[in-house]
Amino acid sequence: MTAQAGNDAFLRFTNVKKTYDHKTLVVKDFNLNVAKGEFITLLGPSGSGKTTCLMMLAGFEDVTSGEILINGRNVTSIAPYDRNIGMVFQQYALFPHMTIRENLAYPLKIRKLPKDEIRAKVEEYLALVELQAFGGRYPGQLSGGQRQRVALARALIFAPDIVLMDEPLGALDKKLREQMQFEIKRLHEQLGFTVIYVTHDQTEALTMSDRIAVFNNGVVQQCAPPHVLYERPANMFVADFIGESNKLPGVIESVSEERVEVRLQDGGLVSTLKANCTEIGQATTVSVRPEKLNFTDRLGAAGNQVKARFVTRHYVGEYIRYHFETASGSELVVKNLNDSSAPQLSTQEEVALAWLPEDSQALDRSEVPTHN
Amino acid sequence: MKIPAYYGFWHHLGHWLLKASSWLVLLFLILPILVIVPLSFNAEPFFSFTEGMLTLDPEAYSLRWYREIFNDPKWILAIKNSFFIGILSTILATILGTCAAIGLARDEMPFRRFITALLLSPMIVPLIITAAGMFFFYSNLGLAGGYLGVILAHAALGTPFVIITVTATLTGFDYSLARAALNLGATPIRVFFDVIMPLIRPGVISGALFAFITSFDEVVVILFMAGPQQRTIPRQMFSGLREQINPSILAIATLLILVSIALLVTIELLRRRAERMRGIEIPN
Repeated sequence: MTAQAGNDAFLRFTNVKKTYDHKTLVVKDFNLNVAKGEFITLLGPSGSGKTTCLMMLAGFEDVTSGEILINGRNVTSIAPYDRNIGMVFQQYALFPHMTIRENLAYPLKIRKLPKDEIRAKVEEYLALVELQAFGGRYPGQLSGGQRQRVALARALIFAPDIVLMDEPLGALDKKLREQMQFEIKRLHEQLGFTVIYVTHDQTEALTMSDRIAVFNNGVVQQCAPPHVLYERPANMFVADFIGESNKLPGVIESVSEERVEVRLQDGGLVSTLKANCTEIGQATTVSVRPEKLNFTDRLGAAGNQVKARFVTRHYVGEYIRYHFETASGSELVVKNLNDSSAPQLSTQEEVALAWLPEDSQALDRSEVPTHN
Repeated sequence: MKIPAYYGFWHHLGHWLLKASSWLVLLFLILPILVIVPLSFNAEPFFSFTEGMLTLDPEAYSLRWYREIFNDPKWILAIKNSFFIGILSTILATILGTCAAIGLARDEMPFRRFITALLLSPMIVPLIITAAGMFFFYSNLGLAGGYLGVILAHAALGTPFVIITVTATLTGFDYSLARAALNLGATPIRVFFDVIMPLIRPGVISGALFAFITSFDEVVVILFMAGPQQRTIPRQMFSGLREQINPSILAIATLLILVSIALLVTIELLRRRAERMRGIEIPN
């Protein structure tokens, strides 16, 4: 269902494992194929192994077992300075004793390019990140966003095969972060380099990536394009980690090719998409996104229905969150746009909430995530 | 200092007593050194102020003892020796101390505390013990009584100062800079010279200056290790005090004070520069 690169993938992780103490695996059997020019994000809570994978690719951590292939060449025993991989560090890591120009020229100087070529390249990349006027300054004299742009230019200027970004926008405020996301996407489209991007910010991952690999406890839970990840999460962890999910417990009653019917704890019967829970009689959790839940009067009789009592509402601005509780005690959240359609409800008022079968999935309850 | 408005009589008394005693301590420390300076310009071969000096008679002052120093081949040799031994042992101590500090700053370094203590021990162990130990050890190797032995011994004494100052600049060093340089293609040696060295340079230089001062005014090890050819300024002063007692010792002491002040000022200027550089590193 995803546009995965085949055997001739540009970058391949094959059965990569990593342990620091020879007891617990930080990364347990990581496999990933990346096509040239792809923007891949490694997403997960802190300590899930995503940064370790990035560090192994950069060559700062050894691979315990498995292979990392770039263009068919195994790089696991190649020194970091011979890998030709660009990297944007979390805290920028600009050399404080060099001017912006000297920072940008550094990788080219190491590669022994002729002086005038270096000068031309530096000016070109200064222009690319719109910092022509700042070339003579020191990193300490720039703002956070400007320093981030310099770090980006320095990682790109030697035309590396792959560019790694380790939470590059973590130190910026929200507005600047959105601006920089746009900037990175623009450069990616313009120059066509391959990106491996690490973040714990799901919005960032969803807006920027071609594909996202969701990590938890050293295991990739799902690797898919953003819309697949959001609309068809492979398991409970992904459903919970990416966005919000309403969870309705029940038991599988019948199974067809694409759908399953689930008897909810309240007694109602609903139809959902088939996921990782396919045995009749198996306990399951029906997962529905809050914005896919509707007040019945709008959806009509189509789709599934569940009755719930109104508890409270939270005013968020562009939308309103309504909190409900079902008879069996499950909490439900409905996100409704803050427009004329937003209903006025009184406390304990019973409402029928509805959703389309293709907007929900029956997921295995045992895979409830272990957040840490 | 501004005196707070709530101060009563006893507060005031305490305040002034503290001020007075602070000044007294300062005088106690500095007076014996300062008194040497005017005495070195004594026209007479005495170690006390003559009547003429006290009445500020220009005739009572002269550069006689300075001339004497620069005309005496023994003093000339001592001055040359002091700089030769000082500079070579400083270079050695700086290289060794910097390498040690960088190694000790690494997390994966085993027995870090133990090794640090061992390397700093020449600073803590009484000098006479170190000197005696060195004498017996170096004698067996045939190094006692030669330049090499003295230089090695002084390098050992100076290394701890370099370790301390370089370690201080390395705490808070952003190692992602080293990683960034590696990532950009620099070999570890280039990373050291292009990135680490420029950033720890203030610590290296002030450590080197401390190492130089240590060698420059060291006399105990010299007494044990040096032959007549390796006599340094302090060693020459030491024998001068016993053999030919005249104010030329005071003249050379004054010169030493000047050298020390110059070095301390340099260290202070470096420290300020380092702080300014750090200011550039962490703005906003």
